[in-house]
Amino acid sequence: MHDVSAPASAAHHGPPTSLIRKHIFSLDHKVIGKQYYGLALVAVLIGMGLSWLMRIHLGWTNAHIPGLHLLSPNGAPGDVMTPEYYLQLMTMHATFMVFFVLTTAPFAAFGNFFLPIHTGAEDMPFPHFNMMSFWTTFVAFCVMVSSFFVGDGPTLGGWTQYAPLSAVGPVSGPGQGTGVILWALSIAIFCVGQLLGALNFIPNVLDLRCRGMSFWRLPMPTWAWFITSCMGLTAFSVLMPACIMLILDHVGGTSFFVPSNLVINDQMQPHSGGSTLLWQHLFWFFGHPEVYIAIVPGMGIVTHVLITNMRKPMLSHRVLVYCMAALAILSYMVYGHHMFVSGMNPVSALGFSFPTLLITIPSTIIVLIWIGSLYGARMRLNSASLFALGFISLFITGGVSGFFLAQPSIQILLHATYFVVAHFHFTMAIAAIFGIFSGTYFWFPKMWGRMMNETLGKIHFWLTFVGVYCIFMPFHYLGLAGNVRRYQAFVVDYMQPLIGVHKFVTIAALLTGAVQFIFLFNLVYSRFRGALAPDNPWEATSLERSTSSPPPFDNFGGRQMVVYHDPYQYGVQSSTGDYVLQDSPEQVKSAHDEP
Amino acid sequence: MATTVQEQPKRAASGERRLGSSNTGNGGGRYAGPTERNLPGVQEFSPAPSKTGIWVLLAGIAMMFAAFTSALVVRQGAAMDWEHLALPPILFLNTLILLASSVTLELARRRIALFMGRQETADERPLLWLYVTLSLGLIFVAGQYAAWLELRSEGYYLATNPNSSFFYLLTAIHAIHVLGGLTGLSRVILKLNRMTLRRSTLESFSYYWHFMAVLWVYLLWLLWIRL
Repeated sequence: MHDVSAPASAAHHGPPTSLIRKHIFSLDHKVIGKQYYGLALVAVLIGMGLSWLMRIHLGWTNAHIPGLHLLSPNGAPGDVMTPEYYLQLMTMHATFMVFFVLTTAPFAAFGNFFLPIHTGAEDMPFPHFNMMSFWTTFVAFCVMVSSFFVGDGPTLGGWTQYAPLSAVGPVSGPGQGTGVILWALSIAIFCVGQLLGALNFIPNVLDLRCRGMSFWRLPMPTWAWFITSCMGLTAFSVLMPACIMLILDHVGGTSFFVPSNLVINDQMQPHSGGSTLLWQHLFWFFGHPEVYIAIVPGMGIVTHVLITNMRKPMLSHRVLVYCMAALAILSYMVYGHHMFVSGMNPVSALGFSFPTLLITIPSTIIVLIWIGSLYGARMRLNSASLFALGFISLFITGGVSGFFLAQPSIQILLHATYFVVAHFHFTMAIAAIFGIFSGTYFWFPKMWGRMMNETLGKIHFWLTFVGVYCIFMPFHYLGLAGNVRRYQAFVVDYMQPLIGVHKFVTIAALLTGAVQFIFLFNLVYSRFRGALAPDNPWEATSLERSTSSPPPFDNFGGRQMVVYHDPYQYGVQSSTGDYVLQDSPEQVKSAHDEP
Repeated sequence: MATTVQEQPKRAASGERRLGSSNTGNGGGRYAGPTERNLPGVQEFSPAPSKTGIWVLLAGIAMMFAAFTSALVVRQGAAMDWEHLALPPILFLNTLILLASSVTLELARRRIALFMGRQETADERPLLWLYVTLSLGLIFVAGQYAAWLELRSEGYYLATNPNSSFFYLLTAIHAIHVLGGLTGLSRVILKLNRMTLRRSTLESFSYYWHFMAVLWVYLLWLLWIRL
C-alpha cells in the first residue's frame, strides 16, 4: 500500500552515529525534547533560588544571607541585599520562570518529545530547524545568565520592562544599561527559537499524521501543543520587534519609547517624542497570549493524564478543544486589561474588560468538563493523576480571583498589590508547574525507560500542594489589606502588622522549595536506578504506548502506523482489558464514541 | 545538467534506513481514516511540510511587520517631533528590480516545473533565470544600501528623528529578510546543480520570494504615506 511514490515529507536523517550528533547537536526530536527539559530544570532551580532570596529579604529585611556578596559585591555588600538588588532578583525570577520554564517545559520539552509520536510521525518535519530551535533558546538562556555577571548586574525593571524606565539607560538604576540590553537581546533570541519551534509543530500536525489519524483522533496534549504553537508564532513575532526597538533606544540613540523632556536624577534625557505606552501595547499583545502559552499545554497534559487514570473519556473531547481554541483567540483581545492603570480611556477599559470576562466562559466549561467527568470515575490515584487534580484545584483558585481583576473599577484598586501576585501565581505559574509535574510523572517511563518512585511522588505532591496554598493564599489577604507589590521592604505604618504574614509565607516558601529536592532526587535516582518501565505502564491508548520505552530513534521501529480508534477508548471490552490502543485493528464496542 | 529529480524519496539501498521515507503524511487532508465500521479510500499524498512550513514562516514575518506598522502609527500619533522625510528616489528603482526578480524566479520555476519528471534535458535556462534572480536580489540590497548612503549624506541618521529611525529600521529588517532569501536561493541553485532539488522546496522558496516583493511594496507605500 505504501510504495516509494509516497512523498518524502519528513526528516531525512539516519540514526546518529557520532557522540555529538547523538547527544549534543542531535536532530532527534526526542533528544531535543529532553534537552529542553534539562534546560527548564536548570532554569527552574535558578528561579526558585531567586525566589528564596527574595522571600528571605521580605520576611526579614536586612537579613544577612551568607555568601550573597559572592553573587554580587555591589548588590549585596556585607551579604545584605540592597533595594535595587531585590528588584534585580525579582526581575530575573520572573524572566527565568516565564520564558525558560513555563514556556520551555510544558510546550517545547514535552511537545518536542511527544507530538511527533502522537501524530505517528518518525520525526519533526524540519529536524535541523528543530535542533536550531533548542540551541538558540540555549544561547538566549546563556545571555540572560550572563547579565548577572556583567556590569552592575541584571536589569531591575521587572519582566514587563516598562518604558521609559527600561529605555533610558544606566541613569535609571543599576542594571538598566547593559542589563536591559542583555535582557532584550536574550528575549529576542528566545523569540527566534520559539518561532523555529512553531515552524516544526504546526506542519507536523497538519501534514505528518499517520494513516487514519484524523484531527479528532489527535490526543489532547497534541491539540494543546498545536494551539499553543499557533499562539507562539503570532505572539513571539510581536515581542521580537519590541525588543529590537528597545535595544535601539539604548545603543542607537533612537526615541521609540522615551518621551520628550524627561528628567531622571536631575538629568535631562536626550530623547524626544517617544511613546511610553507603545511598549506596553507591544509587550502585552505578546504578554497575554504568553499566559496561555504557559497554561494551555498544561490543560492538554492534565486532560490526558486524567482520562487515562479515570478509565473513561471526558464528557466531551471536542468541546475541550474548542474551548482551548477559544482561549487562544480571546487572549489576543484582552491584553489591555494589564493596562487599566495606564491612564486608559474608561471606555477602552470597558472594551477590554468585556472579552476578559468572556474568557471565564471557556475556562469554566473546561473545568466543568473535568469535574463532571471525574464524577463517578474509579480514579487511579498515582503521582501523575494527583498532580492533575492539583492542577484543577489551583486553576479554579486562580480563576476565581480573575473575576475580580477583570473589572477595571476593582482592578485599579488591586493592581499594584499582592492580590495580583496571588492571581497570576496560581494560574499561570503554579498550575502550569503542576501540569509539568503531572506530565513528568506520567511520561518519565516513556522518556527514560524507567519508572519513577511512586511513594516519593505522592509525598512530593501532598507537601507541594499544601505548601503552595500556604505560600500564595495569604497573598490575597495581603493584597486586600493594601500590601503593595514590588516593594523590597514594608516600612509604612499600615503594612507593619502584615510583616508576620510575610514571615509565614517565607517559611512556607523555603519548606515547599526544599520539598522539590525530593522530586529532583526521584528524577535523578529513577533515571539510573528506577525499575525498568514496560511499554504501557499506565494502560494508556495513544501512540506513544505502541512503541518501546524509550522509543527507538525512528519512534516506531520502522513500522508504518495506522490508527483505527479515537484517542481515548477506555471502558470498552477488548482483548487487552478495558482499553484499546489507537493503532489496534481490534473491533471493540465503543460506548463513548462521539458522533 | 539542470535536471531535477522527481518528488521521490531516495531509499537507501540497503542497511541504513532513512527517516521519513515512506510512512508519513497519509493522515493529512480530508481523509477520515479507517474506523471499525468502514474503511474509506486512502489519500496517498499529503502536502509536503515545507509548503505548510513556508506559510507558518510568512505568518510570523507578517506579524512582525504588523507590529512594526502599529508601532509606527502609535509613535506618530504620540509625537511632537514628526517631520517629513523625502524618500530617496532610488527606492523606486529598487522596487522595480525586486519585482523583476520575482518575475525571473517565476520564469525559472515554470521551466523547472515543465521538465520535472523528465530524466534528461539540455535546457539550462532555468538555472540561468535563477542566477538572474540572485543577481537582481543582490542589486536590490545594494540599491537599499545606496538609499541609506543618500540619506546619510543629507544628514539623516538613525536617531535624527523618528521618521529616519523608522525608515532605517524597516528597510534594514526587510533587507535582512531578503538576504535570508538569497541564502535560500543559493541553496536552491546548489540543489538544482546536484539534481536533488525537490519541487516543494522550489515552490516554498518562490512563495517566500514573492512575499518579500509584496512586503516591500507594502513598506514603500507605508513609508510614502507616513514619513
